[in-house]
Parts: sequence; structure tokens; C-alpha cells
Amino acid sequence: MKIAVCVKQVPDTETKIRIRADGRSIEEAGVNFVVSPYDEYAVEEALRLKEKQGGEVVAFTVGDERAATALRTVLAMGADRGVHLKDPAFEGSDALGISRILAAALKKTSFDLILFGKQAVGTDQGQVGPRVAELLDLPHVSVVVSLAVEAGRLTAEREIEGALEIVESPLPAVITAQKGLNEPRYASLKGILAAKKKEILTVTLADLGLEASSVGAAGAREIWEKLEVPPSRGAGKILKDMEPAAAARELVRLLREEAKVL
Amino acid sequence: MPKDVLVFVESRAGQVKRPSLQALSEGRRVADALGAKLRALLIGSQVEALASELAAHGPDSVLIAEHPLLAHYQAEAFTAVLAEAVRTTASEYAFLSATAMGRDLAARAAARLEAGLASDCTHAEVTAGELRVKRPVYSGKAVATVRLAGSPSLATLRPNAFPLAAAPRTPSIEKLSLDLPESRIRARTTGIKASEAAEIDVAEAAIVVSGGRAMKGPENFALIRSLAEALGGAMGASRAAVDAGWVGHQYQVGQTGKVVSPMLYIACGISGAIQHLAGMSTSKVIVAINKDAEAPIFKLADYGIVGDLYEILPKLTEEVRRMKGQ
Ligand SMILES: Cc1cc2nc3c(=O)[nH]c(=O)nc-3n(C[C@H](O)[C@H](O)[C@H](O)COP(=O)(O)OP(=O)(O)OC[C@H]3O[C@@H](n4cnc5c(N)ncnc54)[C@H](O)[C@@H]3O)c2cc1C
Repeated sequence: MKIAVCVKQVPDTETKIRIRADGRSIEEAGVNFVVSPYDEYAVEEALRLKEKQGGEVVAFTVGDERAATALRTVLAMGADRGVHLKDPAFEGSDALGISRILAAALKKTSFDLILFGKQAVGTDQGQVGPRVAELLDLPHVSVVVSLAVEAGRLTAEREIEGALEIVESPLPAVITAQKGLNEPRYASLKGILAAKKKEILTVTLADLGLEASSVGAAGAREIWEKLEVPPSRGAGKILKDMEPAAAARELVRLLREEAKVL
Repeated sequence: MPKDVLVFVESRAGQVKRPSLQALSEGRRVADALGAKLRALLIGSQVEALASELAAHGPDSVLIAEHPLLAHYQAEAFTAVLAEAVRTTASEYAFLSATAMGRDLAARAAARLEAGLASDCTHAEVTAGELRVKRPVYSGKAVATVRLAGSPSLATLRPNAFPLAAAPRTPSIEKLSLDLPESRIRARTTGIKASEAAEIDVAEAAIVVSGGRAMKGPENFALIRSLAEALGGAMGASRAAVDAGWVGHQYQVGQTGKVVSPMLYIACGISGAIQHLAGMSTSKVIVAINKDAEAPIFKLADYGIVGDLYEILPKLTEEVRRMKGQ
């Protein structure tokens, strides 16, 4: 099986957010960047499939110089090689642009399975997996919590409200991974050392044959005009040092008479 | 050219989803601000009967797409229909609710339409004939104001973040003609596994009561369940409780669980880690019950009780039952 896994480098969720003077982006200095947690489930699933069925796992990322460390992490987990999609023209891409870049790169090889995280932590859109599937004219299943691949077909369970949907599809196909799919491994010291010797191919706009105007800030259709800290909710009413029964009675009264939610 | 608005109305098993009615209400508000038409789109195998339910929330017309291949949600089939509906109506904006179905469909359809898409929006406003939406980003630590450039553009709206508004109309009914070759649908839904009892899903509930690590074991979740039941709401949990195996993952609220935005969220023995807040910080009213007065959840809470949940929850359930005369 030839398996592709697409990953994104994101700020660690614990990171404190400081908004830049431009009012549209975050200060990156001092931020700890990690592979988006859902992408780790995708990587783990790719590695397990390869271990069972043989083949190759190729990791893709779009990003600046710094994003190469995300690829190294995935190589250290066990991926065979990396593709770093890096070009000044890619900067400022929205989900549409990123999907065009990834689809153009993925098209150069026939992969049996292409895996993504269900969404990148930070922007939390959940768009790129299904968008890439559409651009490559492949079937997809998103928010997958269980996956079986056999004889050129897959059966997946995807999370919906109050239930799981069972979806079957021929390969090649695109999957987006949800927590629950597996338990991602850590990179071992041996893996980290091995990763240093693995190949990372850098691919630019020209290599992909894309128009500069279709990607990056130039091609973006979803434009962040402003980034703000959410309005503070104001000081709440906290009941302290009260008998449990009295506190319960007072809370119900407040919810009914003041907040009017009961 | 007026900038018409199309709202995809989700139904499952012959039931219109409440978040879709909220999206329709918001669609009416936006269409009015733009001086445009509002269309509702129903996709399914026998959905025409549902059109009358939509009339109360303001569509000028209801587009019906019926086909045996549309009996269940299947991304490729629904994408073909939604993209076709947006194109034939020349809609400027298409809204979907940010449910499992809405998020999946919106992303694939946006690619087909080469459109921008803003996911999981919590606010929309029209100024000088232009739509802007807001969406929480970075685990809710920031809010982005987004302009959607180009036509068409799509947005998914967070369930419960937009009010249900009455705007009665007598919509016209239009049928969308469909060319849906079976061979085009490769990924097929072959079954649905319902989880446990027929409970209200935490992502859809108007009231959510969640328990955290302080519950200490599965048996104590009975306290959470009783209060949720008394309130007519759903049970939720923090990741700590889910990872410990006390309740299933379908109850998890937060970054790696479900995003909720109920009228009332009650966090019991939950410290308020940023990843938990990411899933519930846009709830209308937040209540925290925690024995640690310094717990970060109190910073977000509108109301709180500092104390032992094992003493407070039974009293609270009793009080709610008394109030409701149960
Ligand atoms: C990538 C990533 C994703 C994550 N995703 C999620 C997610 O989706 N959802 C999520 O919830 N977490 C998530 N987490 C985990 C998160 O960081 C916290 O670990 C988790 O939310 C803590 O759960 P808790 O508040 O129940 O437990 P704790 O932080 O241990 O808090 C327990 C609280 O209970 C209080 N308490 C104890 N006993 C009592 C009592 N008798 N009465 C009253 N109060 C009591 C304590 O004072 C404390 O505040 C994620 C973490 C990471 C790294």
C-alpha cells in the first residue's frame, strides 16, 4: 500500500495567545509548535496499515522553514519520507489554497490511501481532507474512529451526533482521523536518529505547476480581517461558604429569575 | 444582483434537525439585511413533507431534492446536489449547520464550487451589503472576524449559537432536477450504530451537565445523569473522565470531543483546562461546581458554587425537581 499522510504544524493548545500589532495574526515568538493532535492519529493509522500490509508512508506538509520539524517528528514516528511544500507564494493560504497545493502534490503519485487529521487545532476548520478528496475526485470519509482496509476496500466508522455511521468505500480514498481511532506512538530515540537520515523533498509552486494567484494570500477566499480576544464574561456570582441545600436553592433561583434559563 | 442566501436543511429519519431551523432563522436575518431571497434546501428520499415545518422560519422558497440514492447522507451524492442547488439559484451565500453532516458536506461542496468556507461560526453580520462572520479560533482563546470573498461563499453555523426566530412565510416549492448516476457514489453509508439508549446528544442539547475527574468512577455519573434528566438536558464529561473509561467518548466535551453551545452548561468537578473550555466557552450561561475556589473554570462561570459536588448535586437535583413539580 502506498499511503500519504498530511500534517500541519500548530501552536500547542496550552500556548498563551498574543495578538500581533496587525490585529489579524498571533505572535509566534515564544510559541511551542507541535504536530496537530488529530494528525497524530492519522500518522499512527498509516504506520499500522504499513506494518500489517507493507508499503510506504509518505508525509506531506505545507509550511515555512519551521514546518520541517513537523515532518521530522512524523519521520521519527516511522514514516518513510517527507514532502515539504514550501514557497513564499504559499504564505497566507486559506483552506482552499492549502487544498489546491496538497492536491497538486498528491496527484503526482497514486496513493491507495490519503490520511488527514479531522481538523487542524488552531483554525479548527476541518475542511482540507474533504476538499482534497474532491479535488482529486476520490471518495472520502471524515471524523473516522475505526478503520479496516482489505482487498482494495475500506470500512470506516465515523462519528455523528448520538451514533456512528458505517461507511464502505473502494480505494483509493481519503480519511480524516478522530480521537479514538488509535493511540499514537511516541517517537523513540532510535526513530529520532533514523529520521535524520530520511529524505525530505522540498517542492515549490513551480514544481506543482500551480498559478501563484490560485494559492497564498492572493487566492484566499476566507479572509481574516480581525483577531480579538473574546469578550470577558464579567465576574460571575460565586456562592461560597453556604450550606449545600441553601446554595442549591439559591442557584436554582438565580438560574430561573436572573439568567432565565430554567 | 441581490445576494441570495441558501440554507441546507438537515434531516435524519424524517426529522428536521433543530440547528437547521436556527440556521434558517439566521439566513432570514442575513437575507433581509442584504435585501435578498432566502431559499431552504431539503435533500433526501422523502423530504417534501418536511417543507411545511420550515415555513415558520422564513424561507421564500423551499427547494426539494429527492432521490432514492439520497436516503442516507453520503458525501458525494449530497455534494453534487448542494453544488447544483447553489449554482442554479446563483446563491451568493450557502449556510449549513456545523453538525457532523454539515461540516463534512460544506467542505466537499466548497471544493467543488471553488468557494471560501468559514467553519463553525458563532456570529454573522451584514454591513454595507457585505457579510462578515465570527468564529472562535485557537481553542476559543481568540475570535476571528472573517470576510468571505468571491461568490459563492459557504459558512457552517455552530448549533445553538444562533436563536430560533419566528418569521412565518408561505414558501413556494421548487423541485431540483437531478442527474445522479449510481456509479458516482463510491463511499456508501451501509449502516448506523446508535450509541446506548435514545439519549439527547450532548452537541444538540439546550442544557448540558458535565462531570470531570472528580466523579472518581463510573457509578458516580448517576449524580450527573440525574441532574441532567431533571433539567431535560444531556450528560457530558471532561476528557479526564472519558480517558479513565468512566463514560464513553460520545460524551466528551472539548477540543478532542464535541463542541457545545447550550443555553446552560453546568461543569461539575471540572477544573477548566483550555481544551475543555474550547468545547463549551460559547455556552450562554455557565455554572461551575468545584471545591477549589481557585479553579480556572470559575473565571468563565456566570454562577458558581464552591463546595463538594457530592453534597451539592443531590440537593440541586432535588431543588430542580421541586421547581418543576416533578
Ligand atoms: C491535545 C489535547 C486535547 C485535549 N482535549 C480535551 C477535551 O476535548 N476535553 C477535555 O475536557 N479535556 C481535554 N484535554 C485534557 C485537559 O487538558 C484536561 O486534562 C482535562 O480537561 C481535565 O479534566 P478535569 O477538569 O475533569 O480534571 P482535573 O483537571 O483533574 O480537575 C478536576 C477538578 O475537580 C475538582 N474536584 C475534585 N473533587 C471534587 C469534589 N468532591 N467536588 C467538587 N469539585 C471537586 C478539583 O478541584 C478540580 O478542579 C486535552 C488535552 C490535550 C493535551
